[in-house]
Amino acid sequence: MKTFTIAALAAALLGGVAHADTIKVGVVGPFSGPFALQGKNFKAGIDAYMALNGNTVGDDTIEIIYRDIPTADPAQSKALSQELVVKEGVQYLAGFYFTPDAMAATPLLEQANVPMVVMNAATSAIVTKSPYVVRTSFTTWQTSTPIAKVAFDGGTKKVISVVSDYGPGVDAEAAFKAGFEKAGGAVVEAIRMPLQTNDFSPIMQRIKDSGAEGVFAFLPSGPTTLGFVKAFNENGLKDAGVKFFAPGDLTQESDLPALGESALGLQTTFHYAVSHGSAENKKFVEAAVKAIGNPAELSFPSVGAYDGMHVIYKMIEATGGEQDAAKAVEAVKGLSWESPRGPVTIDPESRHITQNIYLREVAKAEDGTYYNKEIQTFEKQGDPGLAAAK
Amino acid sequence: MQTVFSIGVDALAYGMVLFVISIGLSVTMGLMRVVNLAHGAFAMIGGYIASYAARDLGLGYAVAVMLAVVGTILIAIPVERLLYRRIYGQPELTQVLMTIGITFCIIGIANYVFGPTLKTIPTPEALREPVSLGFRTVSAHRLFVIGCGLAVALGLWYFIERTAFGVKLRASVDNAAMAAALGVKTQVVYAVSFAVAVGLAAFGGVVGAELLPIEPYYALRYMVTFLVVVSVGGAGSIPGALAACLLLGGIDTTGRYLMPEFGEFFFYLAVIAIVWLFPRGLAGRAK
Repeated sequence: MKTFTIAALAAALLGGVAHADTIKVGVVGPFSGPFALQGKNFKAGIDAYMALNGNTVGDDTIEIIYRDIPTADPAQSKALSQELVVKEGVQYLAGFYFTPDAMAATPLLEQANVPMVVMNAATSAIVTKSPYVVRTSFTTWQTSTPIAKVAFDGGTKKVISVVSDYGPGVDAEAAFKAGFEKAGGAVVEAIRMPLQTNDFSPIMQRIKDSGAEGVFAFLPSGPTTLGFVKAFNENGLKDAGVKFFAPGDLTQESDLPALGESALGLQTTFHYAVSHGSAENKKFVEAAVKAIGNPAELSFPSVGAYDGMHVIYKMIEATGGEQDAAKAVEAVKGLSWESPRGPVTIDPESRHITQNIYLREVAKAEDGTYYNKEIQTFEKQGDPGLAAAK
Repeated sequence: MQTVFSIGVDALAYGMVLFVISIGLSVTMGLMRVVNLAHGAFAMIGGYIASYAARDLGLGYAVAVMLAVVGTILIAIPVERLLYRRIYGQPELTQVLMTIGITFCIIGIANYVFGPTLKTIPTPEALREPVSLGFRTVSAHRLFVIGCGLAVALGLWYFIERTAFGVKLRASVDNAAMAAALGVKTQVVYAVSFAVAVGLAAFGGVVGAELLPIEPYYALRYMVTFLVVVSVGGAGSIPGALAACLLLGGIDTTGRYLMPEFGEFFFYLAVIAIVWLFPRGLAGRAK
């Protein structure tokens, strides 16, 4: 018995080598507070993957440990990640809804010998912060670039861009501008709105006065989006024929019941729509809805989490359960599989996901609910943001 | 010139929304001397009730508004009896701690019962149409809110300044012991005023929901805005609150139109300037 205890202790001290039977995955995300819905989606995606694929890889059992970080808080994110690594002994870090949270935890990875799988945070630069970062979500550049082509091809030549004044908003503005000017259009004016804007009427007046034929918008999903879209309709811009372009954050599924009629016909580009028509997605949505409870709450972070789990399972398979971050990351470089969102690949160079981006239109289903209807596919889109930053 | 008119209309509409939502807080803080940080939470409860009535039960907008006001008051009565009654006349810190606690409880309950998604309150067809003012269009709902704001201002002024109850209320506030000695039932007066303030919060939450959508964090998200309006206007003064709302609405709207990248800079600059010049607010009464 005594020798066994010593052996177990030794094994634990060595970081659970070879026959570790439980592999822990630490997931950091917003599970309470104003963004709890997005955290809930993380959890639904993870639960769905484990329900469909079992909670074991080989002989090892996977255990998920959640840590809550209600709003973007880099210091807290770093502390929680460190605690997960040191105290809980996790072999993988995953989750991360906000860019600053993901960034703050990257310096830990190399020393801790832990890979990080980013399930949402959408700023291009995160993957450059450590060679152990893999991302299964999207970047704002990735989703905002195709809409510029859609706008230009649709006959709109002069566009005003209106974004919320924070990191992703500025990213979206730059991505759209780059894409649209390359196509031959002109961005006549670029407005950055404060995040705390409740009344968008003055912004609508600016749009009207600019004489642009279309508006490109980016706002964080939630209450502000609702106000913006309503103001767009009520101030007569829709009736005046001003076109509306945006990445899919604005029409995420969980906001659609509230946006309702006023969002009808809005075109956005994004990597995932819950309505995506494939067998993979049907299976995923069924399992994820079971996990989340209310089908109306299912939205894009769930698919990032689902694919993130796929990557982690593959990493565990490749390392045989041993803690070897370099080997694990190497194993998933170039990995391709059929995700609920369509065919995807982990780009070996950037470790970011290459995927289809879809043009969707908000449509009304027969049962009176609203959904994003995919109408065009841009295949195998990488992340143009990294190239632009160089 | 057209632009000036246009900004003017937006400023008026935004100012009135602020007024309708904040005036209840001005009453509790100014007349009842309670720093009620849970004001936004009551506005949110009103919004949820109206949303439930109009969306899930399919009732009309007017009925939903009435249900929201009555329902919120019914919820608030036991809260007043059990919790608020203990903090009348207590130091501000006690009041702040108690009411922020109530706010967090209400947020948690709303999140649990209604879920974290946005809730809208469907407005009737007539309020949804854009109305042309000649030089621009504005939504009928905005005009409705402006009307509501004026009606609330007039009604409340009459209630406090011209009715027998208003006299009792002002007497109780100025000297509770003396008023009680003269036969005023101060507890009843306080309860009724609290109910009125909560009812106004609920009303504001419902009619303002187009600009400030209902979701669980409503209660915290707009708390600063409500408090700013009350402190700039002068707690307890209806004309003061009205002036503050129109002024702040105007500055905010103009700033956002001309220089959106400055964010809330002009709004808070104005607040600092006003509070510096009038430490008790525009129409605050000296103690």
